Amino acid sequence: MAVNRKEKGGIGTGEVPIISLAGIGVSFGPVRALSDVALDILPGECVGVVGHNGAGKSTLVNVINGRLSPTAGDARYDGAESRADFRNGQRARQAGIRSVFQELSLCPNLTVLENMRIPYRNMPWRNWRGNAASAVRMALDAVFPGHGIDPYCVVGDLSIAERQMVEIAIAFSRRDIDARLVILDEPTSSLDGAIADQLLAYIKKFCADGGSVIFISHMLGEIFDVATRMVVMKDGRIIANDDAKNFTRDSLVDAMGHVVPDGAENGEGRKQRELGEDVLRMKNGLSARKGEIVGLAGLAGHGQAEALAQCYLERSSDWRANRAPAVVFVAGDRARDGVMPLWSILRNLSLQTLVEFSRSFLVDRAAEKKLAQDWHRKIKIKTDDLDSSILSLSGGNQQKVLFSRALASSAPIVVMDDPMRGVDVGTKKEVYRMVREEAEKGRTFLWYSTETDEILECDRVFVFRDGEIAAELTGDAITEENMLRASFEMEEAAS
Amino acid sequence: MNRDHLRILLPVLSLGLLLAAVFYLQPRAMSYFGLNLLFNLAVPVALATIAQMMILMVNDIDLSIGTFVSFCACVTATFVQSDPVTGYAMLLGAIAVYAAMGAIIHARGLPAIVVTLGMSFFWSGMAILILPSPGGSAPAWLNAMMKAKPPLVPVAIIAPIVIGLIMHYFIKRSSLGVLLRGVGGNSQAIDRAGWSVLGLKATAYGIAGLFGVLSGMALVGLTTSADANIALRYTLLSIAGVILGGGEFTGGRVSPIGAVIGAMTLTLAASFLSFLHLSSDWQIGAQGAILILVLAVRLVFTRREALA
Amino acid sequence: MSVENNVQNTAPRGVTALLGLVSRKAWIWAWLAAGATFIAAMMAGSGGGAEAGSLLYAAFTFAAFTVIVGIGQMFVVTLGPGNVDLSIPATMTLAGTVALKFMASDGSLVVPGLLIAIGVGLGCGLFNFGLILLMRIPPIIATLASSFLFQSVAIWSNRGLRIKPPEGLADFATGGTLGIPNVALVALGVSVLAWVVLERAIMGRWILASGQNKRAARLGGVPVTAVHFGVYVGCAVLAGFTGFLLASFSGGANLNMGTEYMLMSIAVVVIGGSSIAGGNSNVPGIWAAALFMFLLVSMLNSYGLGAGVRLILTGLIIVSVVVLASKKGGRV
Repeated sequence: MAVNRKEKGGIGTGEVPIISLAGIGVSFGPVRALSDVALDILPGECVGVVGHNGAGKSTLVNVINGRLSPTAGDARYDGAESRADFRNGQRARQAGIRSVFQELSLCPNLTVLENMRIPYRNMPWRNWRGNAASAVRMALDAVFPGHGIDPYCVVGDLSIAERQMVEIAIAFSRRDIDARLVILDEPTSSLDGAIADQLLAYIKKFCADGGSVIFISHMLGEIFDVATRMVVMKDGRIIANDDAKNFTRDSLVDAMGHVVPDGAENGEGRKQRELGEDVLRMKNGLSARKGEIVGLAGLAGHGQAEALAQCYLERSSDWRANRAPAVVFVAGDRARDGVMPLWSILRNLSLQTLVEFSRSFLVDRAAEKKLAQDWHRKIKIKTDDLDSSILSLSGGNQQKVLFSRALASSAPIVVMDDPMRGVDVGTKKEVYRMVREEAEKGRTFLWYSTETDEILECDRVFVFRDGEIAAELTGDAITEENMLRASFEMEEAAS
Repeated sequence: MNRDHLRILLPVLSLGLLLAAVFYLQPRAMSYFGLNLLFNLAVPVALATIAQMMILMVNDIDLSIGTFVSFCACVTATFVQSDPVTGYAMLLGAIAVYAAMGAIIHARGLPAIVVTLGMSFFWSGMAILILPSPGGSAPAWLNAMMKAKPPLVPVAIIAPIVIGLIMHYFIKRSSLGVLLRGVGGNSQAIDRAGWSVLGLKATAYGIAGLFGVLSGMALVGLTTSADANIALRYTLLSIAGVILGGGEFTGGRVSPIGAVIGAMTLTLAASFLSFLHLSSDWQIGAQGAILILVLAVRLVFTRREALA
Repeated sequence: MSVENNVQNTAPRGVTALLGLVSRKAWIWAWLAAGATFIAAMMAGSGGGAEAGSLLYAAFTFAAFTVIVGIGQMFVVTLGPGNVDLSIPATMTLAGTVALKFMASDGSLVVPGLLIAIGVGLGCGLFNFGLILLMRIPPIIATLASSFLFQSVAIWSNRGLRIKPPEGLADFATGGTLGIPNVALVALGVSVLAWVVLERAIMGRWILASGQNKRAARLGGVPVTAVHFGVYVGCAVLAGFTGFLLASFSGGANLNMGTEYMLMSIAVVVIGGSSIAGGNSNVPGIWAAALFMFLLVSMLNSYGLGAGVRLILTGLIIVSVVVLASKKGGRV
């Protein structure tokens, strides 16, 4: 597939790629986020990038805009020889590469025109406010005709959609170095249909005039509308790179998920078991029965974490700790939500259950020790000394400690927020087994995961899209294909 | 009318209300000399408030501004008066220390509270070394400037207005002001665009140092002498002034004009209490109560805003 | 990390163990510093056992007050960045004034007087926490604003009159038992209690967890609001108690008797090796730092250096401790 591309951008056509990546690899410690990525982007192209969670889309974007230095390979801006180093950010700016990030990067305390000033490094000093105001108004008029946004308005006063419009318009605005490649990461996530259409129309015009766009979205309809070329990513690689005409929605979804996991055994356990009554029912339609493993799927950032947090916070208190807690939480983002970095393994493990095993206001240290030793044995935490620092453990073993912390409790519901991030396969298998055992004993699990093979372990799956439940899958309907279909807006497929 | 305008409305209203109450109680205050007396100490307080505002703007807080102003006052009343070259060099050095403090706080990710608290010991020690017992004298020009009697409006009114306007144009209108506020609003965005957050923080602290120096000088110009504890209360007053003037603790939302108005309100509140024949015991309490009240009123506003 | 490993490879076992202990227990540095200052102070003087004894007696007496408020402040600082109680001095003054006024030098009212001081502390703590929780004011500003109010109430309540403490109470506060100042014994009792809470009780675990990562603590089943409530109220109660003791010790409440404790309470926490980033605190360090601060003054006095140098040194010590600690921890 990639061969086609070479011819088009080859010698003789006279077109120089704005960015040319060859053999790019990015590793974070042992984790390989990108491997052997080759991609050229020519003037006038609109490249749609699709892929499931963790496919490497964001990493790719950060390599192109120079915020991340690749650990292997070569990035050329405008055909100029360049070594991968910290100056790539500046090179990318010089080449006219601009990005709109998924998380908003405006300053909410500044006005629209002042936000224009920040990325425009060499703005002429004279009457800059007037110039910035007219530049941003012009850009807004061009992209979103009839927008009704005042450049003198404070960004914090705008709605989320308006902020996103401002950010997009600033990315396309005129400056000393003109925009030549604009990277849009889920640009339409908070725009309504009509405004999204304006953006798509503008992208087409921008590309027709010789500009390039990288367009990342979960809305397949939009991607097919604007993209001239499709790049499909999976597991840090580009697995398909071809003219948009050569794809259909179905073939695109197939391409994204075409590596079949060692699937034969997956989901074996779920068929035989009998489930109890409903123990949980939430306003958004999420429900779970006693002894059930409920999966929350979908692309990251579509409301799963919020649903879990709500479920947990509603059933626990800021004011008192319960000897019989209704729910416990297993964190996935360990540094943010789980690990107490200054503490030993022992103390990290016992935090949740202190009130459960202690009979007075003092910590029952003998019981604490026994608890830790039990779990040390049961879940095989790799350490000789439970008193050593939690940070001396590998990520997978830290995660085991967090699992033990939660499972040691008597709580009937366990909430898991993508707990297998950066965990090795061996640990995963052990945890699957344990989760299944506990479920058979009658515990209910709410399991948000960004990894398909984990979702396949579940008895029932809710697929989230745009903060809402897009599909509920049970039994044999739990397949990767169904999940992808529900996570990506298929438009005509959506009922 | 956007949120910025709303934010300035509250301090303007509270100053107006307080002023009206003072005039009602003491109609004679409605004169050139009356106003000068009422707002006598507003100038140094306003300058210190601006200094505090610069620090709050970048999401930090300065607990050393009171002792710093005292130190500057001591230098002004001694060295600047007797040996100007050394005196000004010391003041410049002090500004450099402030800028360096900002750089270190950012580079090492230190909590500003503790660092500035430590520095407050330092400045107070320096002040005592320079001026062990109250005394010194103001440079003649400074005294003349602070005591000048321009026609129609007294210095105590003109100076804060000038300070407020200059800072408004700097903070709200200039490119550097935008970047400095951006650091408070979303320092990641600033960093992403390729600016040096470290440099910007050092700049903000340096400007705060400059205004601390100006505050100390203005104070000496008014009181004609100094002592090492002359401005200890400015730490609390400056924070209250910024908040009263519509500033917030985080997020780079500050208003220079509001801060100056806040400082004037606090100065006036003290005078008002003395007009009420309330003992001066209640002055600091009233300042605390005003601060809490303003925050409470603002809470009601933001709640309503969040609901709307 | 690599440096530590090198040391372990080359140094003899005993040294390694000692280094390990020192690096784990930051408060040992504070004790070493206090010891060094003591020796330096003695060298400047004429020497002799009697002088050493009286210097130590004085040091323990004055350190006692710092220790009790320092412990309260330590718990607050443990809660993590942005948590600090600036109303300690005002609470001390208010509690001291009200209690002494109530007792009116009557020896039979000592116990109710003590309860009133503690009650005042309780009230101040509840007020602070109310501002923080209900009005969502950052703790620094909330405690600052309330300290204005407390100070005013204190001024109003005694109108500058200096009421003597009951004789028995004054004797107790200034006296000693078995050569140890009574106030130091009281402070020791408070310290032991604080140590038990911090190191052995569930509450201590919760405080330390909240300070390391409030969000993770909440998700790990810690009732974080209750923890904050307990810490702020407890800190104010300790401040009220100290105000009562200090007023009894110094022959009456005085309107600026708390002033120096605002900075001092934070200084002893930092110098004592507790992490200003929260989540890691210790009680022994508070004692060491409080003794160190007093001995530093004595040493500088005996070398003929004045308050100015002492303050400058204190400031530089605090800032350098903070800068050095940030290098090791790296966590903000």
